Amino acid sequence: MARYAGDSTARLGFALMRYSIFNLVRQALSGHRAWGPAWRDAAPKSAYDVVIIGGGGHGLATAHYLAKIHGISNVAVLEKGWIGSGNAGRNTTIIRSNYLLAGNNPFYEWSMKLWEGLEQDLNYNAMVSQRGVLNLYHSDAQRDTYARRGNAMRMHGVDAELLDAEAVRRMLPFLDFNGARFPIHGGLLQRRGGTARHDAVVWGYARAASDRGVDIIQNCEVTGFIREAGTIVGVETTRGSIRAGKIGMAVAGSTSRVAELAGLKLPIESHVLQAFVSEAIKPFIPGVVTFGAGHFYISQSDKGGLVFGGDLDGYNSYAQRGNLPTVEDVCEGAMALMPAIGRVRVLRSWGGVMDMSMDGSPIIDRTVIAGLYLNAGWCYGGFKATPASGWCFAHLLARDEPHAVARAYRLDRFATGHLLDERGVGAQPNLH
Amino acid sequence: MLLIECPFCGARPELEFVYGGEAHIARPAADADLTPGQWAAYLYARSNTRGVHAERWRHTRGCGRFFNALRDTTTDQFIATYEIGQARPPSVPAQKIP
Repeated sequence: MARYAGDSTARLGFALMRYSIFNLVRQALSGHRAWGPAWRDAAPKSAYDVVIIGGGGHGLATAHYLAKIHGISNVAVLEKGWIGSGNAGRNTTIIRSNYLLAGNNPFYEWSMKLWEGLEQDLNYNAMVSQRGVLNLYHSDAQRDTYARRGNAMRMHGVDAELLDAEAVRRMLPFLDFNGARFPIHGGLLQRRGGTARHDAVVWGYARAASDRGVDIIQNCEVTGFIREAGTIVGVETTRGSIRAGKIGMAVAGSTSRVAELAGLKLPIESHVLQAFVSEAIKPFIPGVVTFGAGHFYISQSDKGGLVFGGDLDGYNSYAQRGNLPTVEDVCEGAMALMPAIGRVRVLRSWGGVMDMSMDGSPIIDRTVIAGLYLNAGWCYGGFKATPASGWCFAHLLARDEPHAVARAYRLDRFATGHLLDERGVGAQPNLH
Repeated sequence: MLLIECPFCGARPELEFVYGGEAHIARPAADADLTPGQWAAYLYARSNTRGVHAERWRHTRGCGRFFNALRDTTTDQFIATYEIGQARPPSVPAQKIP
């Protein structure tokens, strides 16, 4: 990692300081006045090898891995607002790889492995905390499906433990074990799952990509595509035309809108998903817990706030805010599971616009238009996928072939019938 | 809480309704001759409009009937509701709520 200390000066115009305990002490002694910016806010050039639309976690991770793994650093990341202002800043920060299907599990496990080495790779504290993800089951039938998923995980080399009710009670004694309407029979635990600090993930990828020469261009909205002989060769933006050898879209939430500029109609609906954070309380919930009889998931941030969410509001929306019936439904889930939090006050709630694909699984693929590549359809699951999404999208952009763990995320699966229906309830745009 | 105007019952709270997805998607006539791509387009491709969106709703906990609605997906404001089979009314954009 020595490169962070020296050779970036010329490219960036300032020395990117490597973060370490020694530099922290040195900066502390000088009153913290000499910290430089973490990344460079670039102005657009007229052309790049690769242009990535969308400066969220996925777009910035793609740029980082393009530069680091594939040596392609003449790259621009175009962001219509500020980086991380979309869903990267609106999620519940959960990371996990507890998937059933062979098309999904190796991808999310690769993401988990990248999470495990992310902070060393980026020299940035993303606060990755493997505090465990526990999915509760409430009936014999649900236990069987969870056992099946756990076995599938273990066959893919992923950690999974099936807990009985006693083991859950030892771990989380404050759950409602006394005559609940949906009694807790046990849970499927992935100890390597947990949480990460969502904004730090964005900033860490931005810093690492910028250091390798990637231009991060904010307040730059794509308004159209430049076509020549059927190939897309650039984008029109609010900051002028930019030509590119290849263009990757990573704009989950707005995928249909940007794709429409290229004349594509996709199997995606945008839905609002609300999330909530409570006032800060003392350490209470050790990991991530999900309620299996309704739809409710909760963890506690390092600051003390309970971070939780539940279902989509249920209708197409770009409003970035939700409605009260869903708030009530989420809070009912909380009360059914852990009545102890009934008097904790909700501090904030917000809505993110989810890219809901028609089978609940993402798309990382070429499009039918030469020069245009698609990273979309992340449904609820985009945050945990950030590292592997960037890794696999960079692989696709650099080599024009899908990465081994993302082969199932083809756009044409809706025509061929190779749907990835992780939940097993049929293709519809409200899965995750 | 959204108030939704059922064409048969009048304005009711959204709790009584279930969303039915994009409206006016017609099943292709000669469906035996469709290619897989055409099937996929019919079954899965959606306009996903940002702005005035024509969509189906069902008054599940009321009269039980399906109807169509125009709604602005940037504000969630309903512009019109109309019966199944009727043509889409002119989509006057909803007034922005200040």
